[in-house]
Amino acid sequence: MAATQDEIVEGLAEIVNEIAGIPVEDVKLDKSFTDDLDVDSLSMVEVVVAAEERFDVKIPDEDVKNLKTVGDATKYILDHQA
Amino acid sequence: MSSTNRTVVVTGIGATTPLGGDAASTWEGLVAGKSGAKPLEQDWAADQAVRIAAPAAVDPSEVIPRPQARRLDRSAQFALIAAREAWKDAGYVGKAGESPAEDGAAHVDPDRLGAVIASGIGGVTTLLDQYDVLKEKGVRRVSPHTVPMLMPNGPSANVGLAVGARAGVHTPVSACASGAEAIGYAIEMIRTGRADVVVAGGTEAAIHPLPIAAFGNMMAMSKNNDDPQGASRPFDTARDGFVLGEGAGVLVLESAEHAAARGARVYAEAVGQGISADSHDIVQPEPEGRGISAALQNLLDRNDLDPAEIVHVNAHATSTPAGDIAELKALRKVLGDDVDHMAVSATKSMTGHLLGGAGGVESVATVLALYHRVAPPTINVENLDPEAEANADIVRGEARKLPVEGRIAALNDSFGFGGHNVVLAFRSV
Repeated sequence: MAATQDEIVEGLAEIVNEIAGIPVEDVKLDKSFTDDLDVDSLSMVEVVVAAEERFDVKIPDEDVKNLKTVGDATKYILDHQA
Repeated sequence: MSSTNRTVVVTGIGATTPLGGDAASTWEGLVAGKSGAKPLEQDWAADQAVRIAAPAAVDPSEVIPRPQARRLDRSAQFALIAAREAWKDAGYVGKAGESPAEDGAAHVDPDRLGAVIASGIGGVTTLLDQYDVLKEKGVRRVSPHTVPMLMPNGPSANVGLAVGARAGVHTPVSACASGAEAIGYAIEMIRTGRADVVVAGGTEAAIHPLPIAAFGNMMAMSKNNDDPQGASRPFDTARDGFVLGEGAGVLVLESAEHAAARGARVYAEAVGQGISADSHDIVQPEPEGRGISAALQNLLDRNDLDPAEIVHVNAHATSTPAGDIAELKALRKVLGDDVDHMAVSATKSMTGHLLGGAGGVESVATVLALYHRVAPPTINVENLDPEAEANADIVRGEARKLPVEGRIAALNDSFGFGGHNVVLAFRSV
């Protein structure tokens, strides 16, 4: 069953917490991965790989650069999950 | 900077070792004659010929937050922990050039600050663990942090970033001489005017099934699995190889002028280094210690050091049958009767052998021996090898007081596979 928007944000929050140590409650739709959440380009690769596994979605490298905010990633996963 | 022969001093020390999570607890363990060796209880150890090691007393996961730790090889974690302690101990706060205007915080120009941290093997656990990930979980799961984690200059680069070093960040690699070579390199950086302050030392984290199997198959490690704490026994007739240790030791080295200008506490003078290469065999020590003699002679020729003032030697002495004696023969050959007033200690009897970290940790021990005027013991010497007894005065069993008066100096020997020989000299101030 496909994940809902809330479930995706919750899942991304857990992933960002694990990788960057940011509290889960700070991971919100309008937050920028690099500017707000301490996720640099290498760590973003980790976030993407973890999200792919968790939400059964493929996020090609060329699409990763468009995922600036948690909202961008959430929408991408909603639209592409199997 | 026109100055080319400046005096270098030690103003900060830090360590995380099998005996303790900082320099003070490590020194306490050394003076008390404690062993950091333990049985290896991991599942992978069951079918190893060597099932003992000396792990860090405080795991770095207890000190470094997980988000930072997951992008640092264990060797870089040890280096950062020891470097932060040394940096703070020297009176510095935060990155050079960015120090808050705190009361008493010392200042160094980042363009005059260097970092030289070495390891013998580099990020071996990262390399092997990520290869396991590749095989078991596929290409996509290999960590994007793998390259900066496994590169041998990772620890020095991370320490350089932490303190804000811009004068140069270097990583000499010479197996078990690496840590000493790093400190020697740092002394030269300051002496020749390239830097005013350098954070220098060695680190290693190689307690992993592959290095244990490989060193074990070389017959280099002790197989005294039934008595871990008695296994590392330099100079004892029953010695059968080293016990692998892990951790890091770091010094803050500083030009004497820079230290004096800021009123820094000075632990000791870093007099200089002597270096040579055996050109004998890739792993076997030259049996008469010819290369070691050349390094000692090089030290005396190039530095203002009188053998009469040397009262202590922190020997390389890893507890291998051939190496321990070759070292003592070389001391006797070059220093003659002066060896009689040198208290020779093999602290690897307690810490195990930290490979590239050894020169760092043993420099910390040597500096503290001068500072406290106490030579740590060599433990586990039940039957002193007659060839050791004939060539040197080994501090056995218990720590020994060094002369309380006057200027005293000490040596720290480090030798590595490949025939690398480094002798560092320190002196009381």
